[in-house]
Amino acid sequence: MPKMTINGKEVEFEAGMTILQVAEVSGVEIPVFCYHPKLNIAGNCRMCLVEVEKSPKPVASCAMPAAEGMVVRTNSPYVEKARKGVLEFLLINHPLDCPICDQGGECDLQDLTLYYGPGVGKYKENKRSVSEKYFGPLIKTWMTRCIHCTRCVRFASEIAGTSELGGVGRGEHTEIVTSAIEGAIASELSGNMIDICPVGALTSKPYAFRGRSWELTKTDSIDVFDGVGANIRVDSIGTEVMRILPRQNDDVNEEWLADKSRFAYDGLKSQRLDRPYVRNNKGKLVEATWDQAFSAIALKLKDAKKERVAALVGGMVELESAFVLKQLMLSLGVKNIDCRHDMSDYDVSKPGHYRFNTTIAGIEDADVCLLIGTQPRFEAPLINARLRKRYFQNGLQAALIGASYESTFPLEHLGDDAAILNEILSGKHSFAKILKNAKAPMIILGEGALTSTNGSDIHTLARAIADTHKMIRKDWNGFNVLHTSASRVGCLDIGFVPVKGGLGTREIIQKSQKGLMDILYLLSVDDIPPSALEKPFVIYQGHHGDQSAAHADVILPGAAYTEKEGTYVNVEGRVQRAFKAIFPPGEAKEDWKIVRALSDYVDGGLEYVNLDQLRHAMIAEFPHLKVLNVATPEAIDASKATDQKDVKGKLKPTIANYYMTDPISRNSLTMARCTQEIIEGKWPKLGLIGE
Amino acid sequence: MTVRPQKSGKAFSFSKENEKKAKEFISHYPKSKQASAVIALFELAQRQSGGWLPEEAIVYVAQYLDMPLIRATEVATFYTMFNLKPVGEHFIQVCTTTPCWLRGTDAIMTTCQKELGIGAGQTTKDKKFTVVEVECLGACVNAPVVQINDDFYEDLDAKSFEELLLALKAGKPIKPGSALARQCSAPVGFSPQANTVKVAVKKAEATKKPDSPKAAAPKAQTTPRPKAKLAPKASTGATKLNGKSAPRTGQKKNKDV
Repeated sequence: MPKMTINGKEVEFEAGMTILQVAEVSGVEIPVFCYHPKLNIAGNCRMCLVEVEKSPKPVASCAMPAAEGMVVRTNSPYVEKARKGVLEFLLINHPLDCPICDQGGECDLQDLTLYYGPGVGKYKENKRSVSEKYFGPLIKTWMTRCIHCTRCVRFASEIAGTSELGGVGRGEHTEIVTSAIEGAIASELSGNMIDICPVGALTSKPYAFRGRSWELTKTDSIDVFDGVGANIRVDSIGTEVMRILPRQNDDVNEEWLADKSRFAYDGLKSQRLDRPYVRNNKGKLVEATWDQAFSAIALKLKDAKKERVAALVGGMVELESAFVLKQLMLSLGVKNIDCRHDMSDYDVSKPGHYRFNTTIAGIEDADVCLLIGTQPRFEAPLINARLRKRYFQNGLQAALIGASYESTFPLEHLGDDAAILNEILSGKHSFAKILKNAKAPMIILGEGALTSTNGSDIHTLARAIADTHKMIRKDWNGFNVLHTSASRVGCLDIGFVPVKGGLGTREIIQKSQKGLMDILYLLSVDDIPPSALEKPFVIYQGHHGDQSAAHADVILPGAAYTEKEGTYVNVEGRVQRAFKAIFPPGEAKEDWKIVRALSDYVDGGLEYVNLDQLRHAMIAEFPHLKVLNVATPEAIDASKATDQKDVKGKLKPTIANYYMTDPISRNSLTMARCTQEIIEGKWPKLGLIGE
Repeated sequence: MTVRPQKSGKAFSFSKENEKKAKEFISHYPKSKQASAVIALFELAQRQSGGWLPEEAIVYVAQYLDMPLIRATEVATFYTMFNLKPVGEHFIQVCTTTPCWLRGTDAIMTTCQKELGIGAGQTTKDKKFTVVEVECLGACVNAPVVQINDDFYEDLDAKSFEELLLALKAGKPIKPGSALARQCSAPVGFSPQANTVKVAVKKAEATKKPDSPKAAAPKAQTTPRPKAKLAPKASTGATKLNGKSAPRTGQKKNKDV
């Protein structure tokens, strides 16, 4: 490996690295504004100047390839003087409004000014001022603060895949604008621009003037709005979630976060269930104590025929609650349990059948991708970002069978009829040839396919396609199922599916509609048809007074994902732990505790006294849950598909409105604004500074 | 204010002739890199739309090259040679950078004000004249310099510039180049005919130098830009935008070809 000297220390590096990267690896920090490790190099802020021996001028280290024998100094007076000069020029037009700037306390410019800034300003002329821009309901602009690093522009065109931002004008008159004169940025990843903006030009609109970064309690957590399991940090003050930011995890979300995950938190503050309710004999829901609620359930359960009782688990539930609910139901003799509340039904006997086997980071090795009944842009924006990254780096040939949509990377639409799969399997379709010649092909099977009435057949057929095109080998597994909910893979892992002889979601719902079910236990299930909830006795345990709660006979107030510790398994089968950031409101409790308490009323036999005990029991039964933060190697074992049948039928999209998919986002004002301004295109006229 | 191209209110599409040229420009770049031709295509569009680049033309070129609109807008707003609002028939660019300024740009601006009633950045009501201040045109030897449409007018003072304007107003042809009738940047009063003896001596020394003095002349042109040599031939006195290229854009184009 070539060697170079940085600050008198000899370091080895890989050919192709820049001076800045070599410095970073060897532990030398170089200040930057425009450089971002996940974006292309721009080299326009000049903050990263270093001294290179025999170079007549200071060198921008972010853009200069390191070379054998280079002698670089980053701490000499020469470098310091250069940086001071650059910073002074950046500050010429930057307002000194840190006290009223939301970036204050976490601002790159503020931090570096502390180190390199002059104590006194020499500049006495008027500063430049730039009008506000409309970037949508999520991003607040304060463009006078912009230092033209173009990180947001590069992010939009490279990662988000919507070339909407650009710098118009030149020199001092440069301004960052959207291509439309007015109009929101139509991207599900736009919130990340707030994170990458090194100054306070782009800040969070919902969080504007709400708090300071040093006042916030920071809690590591896991996102539950899609199946990706993005690593997040919940920032809270007291009992309120103030904002949500991504944590870096290169295997999952890199350092990005989808907009719904980032901004829907204000839904946690409205329509919350904060005490138990029981429907009285006049048919009205009245407030009750926990004891009354549990007694009402116990009374019903005692007389109920067990085959007319069912329990369903929703999309945001953590593994522990699902596990105790399953134990409770089994001990009561209830066989009708299911976690696939979207009515998908297919062979889930092996983990390889329902996981994202390629792994998210593994997408970067794929060369051909076939999407079946899925719209990753809306169902899992971060997986979509990986697909785009792969396309952007090396070109990914992708095709879609299913409802068409505006993709952020080139996507050939083969049609929306599942029958195309038959042709691909038999090799008649032109795309079959492409799959055959591919080195690392992958299939992503979405819920648009799995929830159709012949979802099971499509699943088998897709596996057969994977087999015939050698997608499942020792070194590569290209068969993927993309779930939209955070709880799904975990619940399938712990077997929250009908016990032999039990009913699946589809039958449970059909029977409920006919009045053939007596009791429905819904653990945060909100997306089943209301008609199924009218006849049976419905127990709703959840955190929002949303669709299902209105039809419930007993409401048990649970905790939202920020209010409880929990284990989540993402689509890849990666086990991740979330911590509790705030307390649930009112009398609401953590969900596993509610189920545990109910067990005493119905002789369920659960005896856990704390979460650790419960986790031990869970891990004893499912040992793979012990290993955290790894996409489990077990995943490479999709068995050979047999008995595949021909399928047909149109594949429908699963998500109508990305911004409203679950109880939290449906109750979020920010998400309502997104719906109005981004999807419906009704944006407000610009006011003065701010909103 | 944010730089935004104005709308012309008319749909834009390339004329047949320009379409052919555009295809030619695009063919200079590798496949899928057609967006590299954006500057050349903007120039065609600007000439076709009467000296300015309306938003419709930018949108058209962006679609023509299959590039995001914002990328095209960035280019159009970055280069000052693209006019983003309508300009008059005679587009007068007065160089006000230091050498020209020292040699009397102020008088030229005053003349504009006096004769046309407009200052920098303005257009006359009859849409005949637009005056703008520009940075160095690169002909400092013959300062002060004014560029009217595609041609340079040099060695100007208030009087000679006034004559130019009067001629333009009257619709008479005007002659590009030095107002002092000097050749290139040779000393005033120098003429090749009158100094044959001196020149002949030098000529004998430099026999390697190619052919006639006429061909050698462009090397010492007042305007060092390569296309400028065509200007006197191709568009002497012409005020319409029919020249093969403007000196400034011409330079770019030359590189491309």
